Amino acid sequence: MRATIWGCRGSLASPGPETVRYGGQTSCLAVDLADGSLLILDAGTGIRPLGMSRADAIPRRIDLFLTHLHTDHIEGLRFFPPFWEPSVEFHIWGPPAPLRGLEQRLAPFFAPPFFPVHLRDVPSKPEFHEVRSEPWTIGSAVVRAELVKHPGPSVGYRIEDGGGTIAYLPDHEPALGADLESIERGWISGLGLARDADLLVHDGQYTVAEYAGRVGWGHSTMPDAITYARRAEAERLVLFHHDPLHTDDQLESMFAEARRTADGSAVEVELGHEGMVFDL
Amino acid sequence: MVDDGQHDLFLILARDLTSRLATPAFVVDAEGTLQYFNEAAEPVLGRTYAEAGQLRAGEWAAQWDPRDPEGRLVPLEDLPLGVALREGRPTHRPVRITGGDGLVRDLEVTALPLCPREDLVVGAIAFFWERAAVVG
Repeated sequence: MRATIWGCRGSLASPGPETVRYGGQTSCLAVDLADGSLLILDAGTGIRPLGMSRADAIPRRIDLFLTHLHTDHIEGLRFFPPFWEPSVEFHIWGPPAPLRGLEQRLAPFFAPPFFPVHLRDVPSKPEFHEVRSEPWTIGSAVVRAELVKHPGPSVGYRIEDGGGTIAYLPDHEPALGADLESIERGWISGLGLARDADLLVHDGQYTVAEYAGRVGWGHSTMPDAITYARRAEAERLVLFHHDPLHTDDQLESMFAEARRTADGSAVEVELGHEGMVFDL
Repeated sequence: MVDDGQHDLFLILARDLTSRLATPAFVVDAEGTLQYFNEAAEPVLGRTYAEAGQLRAGEWAAQWDPRDPEGRLVPLEDLPLGVALREGRPTHRPVRITGGDGLVRDLEVTALPLCPREDLVVGAIAFFWERAAVVG
């Protein structure tokens, strides 16, 4: 399978000369499976250029996996061209919630006063699915979802296809209430998804100093992400969900500091950037 | 391969929360297996969680010998944790136990199910306190 980052910025789209190397589009990862199926992880603003790139060969079926419904993970959907194609079989997967279904929770975002078109009037007539903890098959891949530590109903995903494994936990605070170095692995949020992954895409939004004032907001420091990847025995870690207030230079400085302070010697670690491609 | 030892997020959060509380608390999974009790529970139960470890429902029931205030044995399914798991609703009742230190204690026990959805129970938490401590 091939994974491509179309957006790795967190919280707010942040275009401009100071974010040009890592990109300002919010969360979106495209996964082209071995059998040709297209899976899309999150619908941040990165999904808009992804859709434009496929204009000449729109897939018959698209499966969109939402980790949660915070704006930076859904805001691009409204400008994803295949969403407006009646011929596309569009499936939207997302976290279950105690009281309201996925469609009900997403619908206000597609309704006045926030948007002129109602969700029920979208031409592709998307089908909504709330994920369960049992693995399921889509195309040639086996997909698994688990609830993870992030405010509100939020999940991470694990995709296995053709012998490769991607774990995607873009918004995640596993260190909340846990010492990642010492706690038993079974008690670390989402670790079952990330175990032995070839590629782990994980939240690394903050510096250690920033995190001190943002505990409980649902995001990780870069050193915690590195420790998490080591405990998961992931082969490769891509730091994701860059803070909208961090420039490219700041990201590189944070990354250098994280590499100095966290023991990640067993893991290949990189900063995520738009256009990054992984063949697994 | 996915690690089968991975705990459900609701149990992880329950353990995180109760580990910080001064109220004694006891956390079980959907099968009733003891997954954790906090430091505040240790003097009431007469042993530490490090000593007890994970215990199946029948094992912890045998361990603390739960009875009603008149001394009649209370079946597992009628204990507050049993009701919370079986019926997915909060419940409360007085329970007499024998601690790991051999002392008999009268407790008030409130159990809350952990329900991500109305039709799914992934575990439960029991909060408890000694009646004598309240009365006297």
